[in-house]
Amino acid sequence: MLEIRDLTKTYKTGDKALNNVSLSVPKGQVVGLIGPSGAGKSTLIRCINRLVEPTSGAITLSGRPLTGIGAGELRAMRRKIGMIFQEFALVERLTVMENVLSGRLGYVGFWRSYLRRFPAEDIQRAYRLLDRVGLMDQADKRADALSGGQRQRVGIARALAQEPELMLVDEPTASLDPKTSRQIMRLLIEICGERGLPAIVNIHDVPLAQQFMQRIVGLRAGRIVFDGTPAELTEAVLTKIYGAEDWAAMRKGTEEDKAADADTLREMLRLGA
Amino acid sequence: MSERDYPLTWKRPPQILTHRGWRWGLQIGFAIWLVLALSTLDPNWTRIADGWERGMRFVYGFIQPNFSSRWRDISNGLVESLTMTLTSTVAGIVISVPIGIGAARNVGPAWIYYICRSIIAMSRALQEIIVAIFFVAMFGFGPFAGFLTLTFATIGFLSKLLAEDIEDIDEAQAEAIRATGASWWQVIGYAIQPQVMPRLIGLSLYRLDINFRESAVIGIVGAGGIGATLNTAIDRYEYDSAGAILLIIILLVMIAEYGSSYLRRFLQ
Amino acid sequence: MSERSFPAEWRRRTPRQSLAIWTLWFGLVALTVWCWQVMNENTIWAFVADAPRQAADIGSRMMPPRWSYLPELLWPLWDTINIATLGTILGVILAVPVAFLAARNTTPSLLFLRPAALFLIVASRSINSLIWALLLVAIMGPGLLAGVIAIGLRSIGFIGKLLYEAIEEVDAAAVEAVTATGASRAQILEYGIVPQVLPAFWGITVFRWDINIRESAILGLVGAGGLGLKLQGSLNVLAWPQVTMIMLVILATVVLSEWVSANVRSAII
Repeated sequence: MLEIRDLTKTYKTGDKALNNVSLSVPKGQVVGLIGPSGAGKSTLIRCINRLVEPTSGAITLSGRPLTGIGAGELRAMRRKIGMIFQEFALVERLTVMENVLSGRLGYVGFWRSYLRRFPAEDIQRAYRLLDRVGLMDQADKRADALSGGQRQRVGIARALAQEPELMLVDEPTASLDPKTSRQIMRLLIEICGERGLPAIVNIHDVPLAQQFMQRIVGLRAGRIVFDGTPAELTEAVLTKIYGAEDWAAMRKGTEEDKAADADTLREMLRLGA
Repeated sequence: MSERDYPLTWKRPPQILTHRGWRWGLQIGFAIWLVLALSTLDPNWTRIADGWERGMRFVYGFIQPNFSSRWRDISNGLVESLTMTLTSTVAGIVISVPIGIGAARNVGPAWIYYICRSIIAMSRALQEIIVAIFFVAMFGFGPFAGFLTLTFATIGFLSKLLAEDIEDIDEAQAEAIRATGASWWQVIGYAIQPQVMPRLIGLSLYRLDINFRESAVIGIVGAGGIGATLNTAIDRYEYDSAGAILLIIILLVMIAEYGSSYLRRFLQ
Repeated sequence: MSERSFPAEWRRRTPRQSLAIWTLWFGLVALTVWCWQVMNENTIWAFVADAPRQAADIGSRMMPPRWSYLPELLWPLWDTINIATLGTILGVILAVPVAFLAARNTTPSLLFLRPAALFLIVASRSINSLIWALLLVAIMGPGLLAGVIAIGLRSIGFIGKLLYEAIEEVDAAAVEAVTATGASRAQILEYGIVPQVLPAFWGITVFRWDINIRESAILGLVGAGGLGLKLQGSLNVLAWPQVTMIMLVILATVVLSEWVSANVRSAII
């Protein structure tokens, strides 16, 4: 259970990225965060694991505070929060296995990690996760030898290696083609479902959000302007979030995406997955 | 589906040398070399212990530099160094441009290409100091020999980089100009010069900085400049004057570096 | 539609801009001429006029090279290579921490340590290894050790500068991702930054090693051992055929080291 109370972030430049944001995410719920660029989506999720230092407000995860704690405690809390990035953010020159194992860095000492001597259970877990995301035979490849979709799967495995209690997902599909985007989103939802993991997913693609999320939160200029189910996301609400826009054209885009989706499904059936 | 047995260990696969023998051979060879090389060093510890006090005096000289007692020598050396730097850079650029154009594969005929490339190779292969020794032997002591040395070194540096830049230009632009029926000179002027000019200015400023630093060295073999003053100061064990000279060199190099990065931004 | 009248003249720059540019060029030329005059105040032109004859004279004495001198040069050559390589290793050991202190994204203190590291880099870069050798020979006596340290001190600036620029250019997203796993500072360096700068590091090191081979060949001129020592000895007794032989050896070494360095660098990148 994640609790955010009155979170405000003002950057040094004076820009108020977040303005008194309060939000709570119960266990097992996947929340989509939508809003125009610059609305503060990215700042919000980075405030949760304090890659961005919030100006004021309080955040707790399973009752333990994330704000106002020392560096050591913060590291211990960060281990419990898995994060997935837009451009995958893998260390390209390391192998896939090292990237997945880097999810365990918060749990092992420096020399162990330096010598790549991770505990046997970590290795086993890493293999299990690679198998789960379908990359069992890529473990020894370098990350920059993988395709975009494969890299994001490694990113997911790395986050899961942390045994997280919360997932923060920042535009997971922004660098992927529509078909791969859907595969990745489906995988994410499935995994969160299997583990009862709560997640906050920043997403710029409204139709994709409506298709996959259980709950959608709309952010505009640092404030929450909508909080409801995908079905409640009407044109009037979208206009409130994004400003005036031709939503009919966007819906048409959705039809195309649906076709792409059906295509994916067919292919998956064909491969017997 | 039952839980599969996953491996309990993982070893990072070697990235560059995949063959085991090569990896071991290289490591053992390096270790043997290191032992041999270190054993040839043969430091004379009593001499070093004697030098310790002198070393401390140099450190003090650096912290409390003495600009005044040798100021005449220092200022003469500086003037020589600075004038040498500017004149040799300008002369170097003037000579480098035609050689650089000739040494670009996509511009001139083959025989010119080979002549220009061999001039560049010669200039780059010879150490500045060795060149300076010869020029001093031929032209006598003083900054004129230094000027020639730096000009010679500048030619190798600038022509090579200029030629590479010309080879890297966008061929489509040159093609377009050629298609209008332009002459060889017009192609150079309209298609190549605009593309390489900013880089040439940047490289020239960089070379100015290098030439100043080099001008502080070639004085050691008699080619004038601040290096001669420095050499004398060290020979006379006047470490406070030597410290002052080194600080001046560092300061001027810093100014040149910041100045040239500012100028480059201003010119682009 | 009637025919409009178009200007018959076009200039790339306004008259003012042209004037400014011409003034700049004129100033540069005037400055160069003035510098030329100041520089040559004490030049004895008779020597300069005599130079072609001198050159011909030296040239004729230098030929042919004294091939029998070659065996005597092998040991100094080994010394020269050792000075360059040990000096490069010393330079790397000293430069790596300096580079991490100087890089904006890894320095522990932007206000104090970063400027100090940057000053170290500039100081080391400003002073040629020959000057370092001159100083060190005066302090600790002639020998290979002075040469190794001189090369090492000069290499700090070169390696430090290129390495800290490479560190500042790493992909920040990967570093952020490693931070987000709860890694410690040392682990962030080891997993997020080091793998990204490693290829640049090897390239810079080999590049500097190549330069150091050239520089160590002449360090002996001031007493720091190697081929330069032989060069100095031969010049002192005007043994020109030996000088030619030494220069040929230096040339061959330089060409070989450049070939090695170019190949290693292209293998890394």
